[in-house]
Order: sequence, then C-alpha cells, then structure tokens
Amino acid sequence: MFLKIAYKSLVDRKTSVVMTLLALIVSISVLISVEHIRVQTKESFASTVSGADLIIGARTGSLNLLLYSVFRVGAPTNNISWSTYEDISASDEIKWSIPFSLGDSHKGYRVLGTNQDYFRYFSYGAKHPLVFADGREFSDAFEVVLGSAVARELGYSPGSEILLSHGISSADFNLHKGSPFTVTGILEPTGTPVDQTVHVSLQGLKAIHNSAQYTGDPESITAFMVALKSRIGVFSLQRTVNNYKAEPVMAILPGVALSELWQMMGILEQTLRFIGVLVLLSALLGLSAMLLSSVRERRHEIQLLRMAGASPFYLFLLSELEVLLITLAGLCASLLFVWLAFALGQGYLAGAFGINISADIFTLNTLVLSLIVAGSASLTGALPALAMYIRARRP
Amino acid sequence: MSVVLQDLIFSYHDHDTLLNISRWEVAAGEKVFLQGESGSGKSTLLNLIAGILPATSGQITLLDERVDQLNQRQRDRFRAGNIGYIFQQFNLIPYLNAVDNILLANEFSKKVKRNGIARAQELLEQLKLPDSVWRLPGQSLSIGQQQRVAIARALFNSPRLIIADEPTSALDQKNRIAFMTTLMDLCDAYQSTLIFVSHDPTLACDFDRTDVLADINRAGA
Repeated sequence: MFLKIAYKSLVDRKTSVVMTLLALIVSISVLISVEHIRVQTKESFASTVSGADLIIGARTGSLNLLLYSVFRVGAPTNNISWSTYEDISASDEIKWSIPFSLGDSHKGYRVLGTNQDYFRYFSYGAKHPLVFADGREFSDAFEVVLGSAVARELGYSPGSEILLSHGISSADFNLHKGSPFTVTGILEPTGTPVDQTVHVSLQGLKAIHNSAQYTGDPESITAFMVALKSRIGVFSLQRTVNNYKAEPVMAILPGVALSELWQMMGILEQTLRFIGVLVLLSALLGLSAMLLSSVRERRHEIQLLRMAGASPFYLFLLSELEVLLITLAGLCASLLFVWLAFALGQGYLAGAFGINISADIFTLNTLVLSLIVAGSASLTGALPALAMYIRARRP
Repeated sequence: MSVVLQDLIFSYHDHDTLLNISRWEVAAGEKVFLQGESGSGKSTLLNLIAGILPATSGQITLLDERVDQLNQRQRDRFRAGNIGYIFQQFNLIPYLNAVDNILLANEFSKKVKRNGIARAQELLEQLKLPDSVWRLPGQSLSIGQQQRVAIARALFNSPRLIIADEPTSALDQKNRIAFMTTLMDLCDAYQSTLIFVSHDPTLACDFDRTDVLADINRAGA
C-alpha cells in the first residue's frame, strides 16, 4: 500500500513529474557518460601498447610523439633517418625494435609502414600479441595487412586489391595511381588503433610514392619502438638517445608520457565532473522544489492519512519514497540512454579519435555513481519530506 | 464510558486558551450530537480526542484508556484501531480508488485483516455503492459516493468510536437524509459510539443527546 500510494500520487502529478524526470535523466546521463568516458579513455590508452620500453622519434613534445606514433592522433612533425634507426637498434641492450612510418591513408584509415617484426613483437593490453583472423603477414612490397575495423567497414577480405593514397585525407584526388596492393591478411580485433590501421611494408610505402623505385631501405621513418633485454637499462638508453649527436631525436617512456597526458587531462576531467555534479544538483533541487510546492495541495491527503493512523514519520518516508522512485526511474532511463548512445557511437569514436569506448557501462564504477545519485537524491529529498512531516504534526 | 474528558485545557502555544472543559462524557454506544459554530474550537476538540494533537493539560480517557498518557506513536496506533473518522469533505485520497481508500484503514492498525479487499467490498455493498465505481479513483466519485466510502472506511475496523466532523455539509438535502440514515443504522449495527459534530441543529433529531460546545467549553466565555 505504501508503495502504491507513492506511485499513484506521482502518476497523479504526471506533468510536473515527467518534466522533473527529464531534467534528472539529462543530468544523470551527463554524469555517467563523463565518468565512463574518463575511465574508458584511460583504459583504452593504457592498453594500446604494452611491452615497448621506449618510443623513439624526432625531437618534439613527448606527448606529441606518443600521440602520433601510438594513437595515430595528429601528424608527425619530422622524420628520423634510417641510419639513426639502424644505429640505435643495433645496440646490445635491445631485444627488439619496430619501425613506424606514417603519413599516408586509405579511405580515411591511416597507413602504417613497418616490417615483419611488428607482427612478431607488437603487443597490447595484458601483453596480447597480434593474431591473424585470416590470412598471413605481408611478404612483398605490394601486400597489405588490415586491422579488423578497416576490413569490416570497407568489406575487404584476403585477395582484395586496394589503392593507397598519399596524405591523410580520404578524398581521392591525390591518389597514387598505378600501385594496387593485395590484402594478404586481416588481424583479430584488439580494441586499439591497430584495428583502424592499414599495414604495409616499408618498401610498400616507398612504392606508394614512387612505384618504380621501391626496393631497398627507406630513407627515413617516423618513429620506432624498442624493448630492452633488461628494463634496468631504460633510463641510460633514454639518456643516450636524447644526447644522440647525428640527429635530434628523443626517447620517451610510454607510461610516463601517458601519465603526463592524464595530468593534463586531470583539470579537464575535474571540470567536467564538477559541471556534472552541478547539473545533477540543480536537477535534484528542482525535484525537491516540485515536491515542496505540492505539500500545500496535499494537506487533505496528509490529514486523511493521519486520521487513518499514519505517523508523521510515515509521511516523511512517503515523500522520500517518491523521490527515490523518480530517481530510480531517472537512473534506469539514463543508463539505458547512455548505453544506447555508446553502443551506437562506438564506431564513430573509434574511427575519429582512435579511442575504444565500450558500451558496457554496467560496471562497479557506475553502480557506485548510481548509489551516490540515489544518496544525494534522498538528502535533497529530505527537505520536502520534512515539510510533509511538519504539516503532519500540526493539523 | 466511551469518552471521558477531565479538566481538559488546550491552547496553541503563546495563544489564549482555546478549550477548557472540566468534564464531558459519552457513554458506550451513545450517539451524541455536538453543536458548535465554526471557529468554536470543535475541530481542535476532535483532533484532541483523536490524538492528533496533544492536550496542554488534563485527562482524555477513551474506551478506558488514558490516551493523554500515550506517546504520539501509541496514539496513532490507538486511533487506527479504535476510531473511525469522517471528515466534512476531502475524505478520499483523490488518486486511489474506492477500495484502496477503504483499505487505508487496514494499513495502520495493529490487527491487519488478511482478507481486507473482501471486507472493503462487503462494506461497499452494504453502503449500496454500485460496483461500477469501486475501482474508480476517488476524485471521479460524486460527493455523495465519496461520503459513503468514508463511512465504509470509518467502519472497516469495527471501531468502538466514530467521529464525524460536519460530514453532511457538502451534501444536498436528499443525500443528507440518506447519509444520516445510513450512518445511524450502521452505528447501531456495529454498536459504535458516535460523536457527530455540526453547526446545524436541524440534524440533531434521532440522537441520544445533544450538547452545545459553547456550554461545555469555559474558555472564551
């Protein structure tokens, strides 16, 4: 009966309840999305590369180097020469190295020039190696391996022939004519920018620019990743690279550069969170104001329930229950809405920003957030509940 | 004795004494008409008897229980089980249907009836409310129907005391007579004591006794 009274009284005031509910849904959705994106971006970024101890490229900001080499965000400032790559990676301490050459695209997907070591050594997440879903790695200049999203979106399979263009726009006007590539393999999904990448050999990349002359080593590459035999040597190698005389190059530790990124994002995160909290607070105050203003019109109801034997505390709880019902409805609708939004927007986020946001928002973090929302709703809801209580005590 | 008031004094704090009753009694099963003009403190007196308001001083004994010595929670419980109350109007929660409005009486008493819905429907039948309106929300019932549902709720727990506060003032002549007849008959059937408050002395026939509040109340005299 208690629940019935609360529920039916809300239905009876549906116009104002629905408006309040909408405000609540907007604010809770903002809060959940911000929190979800925050956590997922971190996870997505942190799982993009594992196993590499240093990333080495032309001297620039360490964040810049990290962003363009690993996340394919932004454009490389400068290349480093092939001889520098060979020189540094020949060092005794180095277990493996992977060269990266960026700057071209295929229908909006970045083309990465690398060598077979990429498939052997590159790992992501909890040290997962790259696995072929279909086919094999490239072995010839005109062979190409696709990330899972590229293959899926463009409908390619092993054996398909594609044309690669110079530059990173998806428009076709500066297509390098006459260099068709054959797809030899497609990688399993990784949830990292690898999925959005078209992989060719360094020779293949040369061929894009000059289809007549593509054999031999490239003149330069964008960056390379190295792993050391012993991680103890990381800092000394970093120092050596940073003091490299022949060319201005720099080495960064991916973890350190990432934490720099988080620090930079920290203020933004806090601001977004703060705005989210304010929006929620205003929606909750709106809810309380709506209930508070209806206490007067409910005086007969209060009197009636009192005469039937309800204690003033019952009326306090009734008002709180109404707050919780609205909040619960708001939470459910928001979760559904945000889940739908991410499920639909996932592909776009991955394509445009190289960030993989899972639509699975039903995490412990969201549960905690929901509890906080419900908790603050009961707190602000105590105000109209108290008004009900006071009116119940004094007829 | 059903109701005994002894040296009852009440004032809202810092205001003049509103009620001062040295002694007023109602015997068990008695039907009392209490006549009082509006503003004479009759609603306050009923709130005191019902235990909604605590007395400033004095004794209130209902059904041989000193309710002035109970705390608020105990008074609420006592009221739920032993007093049926009918208001002047707004007797129903507008968004609950007739049956649910009656079942409110089952919500707060110590002895909750398990077959409450059957009991509510039985009362609605007794009060000759057509079953087509039983499941309609209170706000779509006519005033006459609403007041009959109010009687049904007041009788739900077979209380030994029924208090009616100007229950007919919103009714037309025809409905008023029907209401009075039904209320009187059912009070007899349930052997309930009735305190009926009104400003209108023409309703006073058929009662065992008529008291005028101004005569009982020494405050403001």
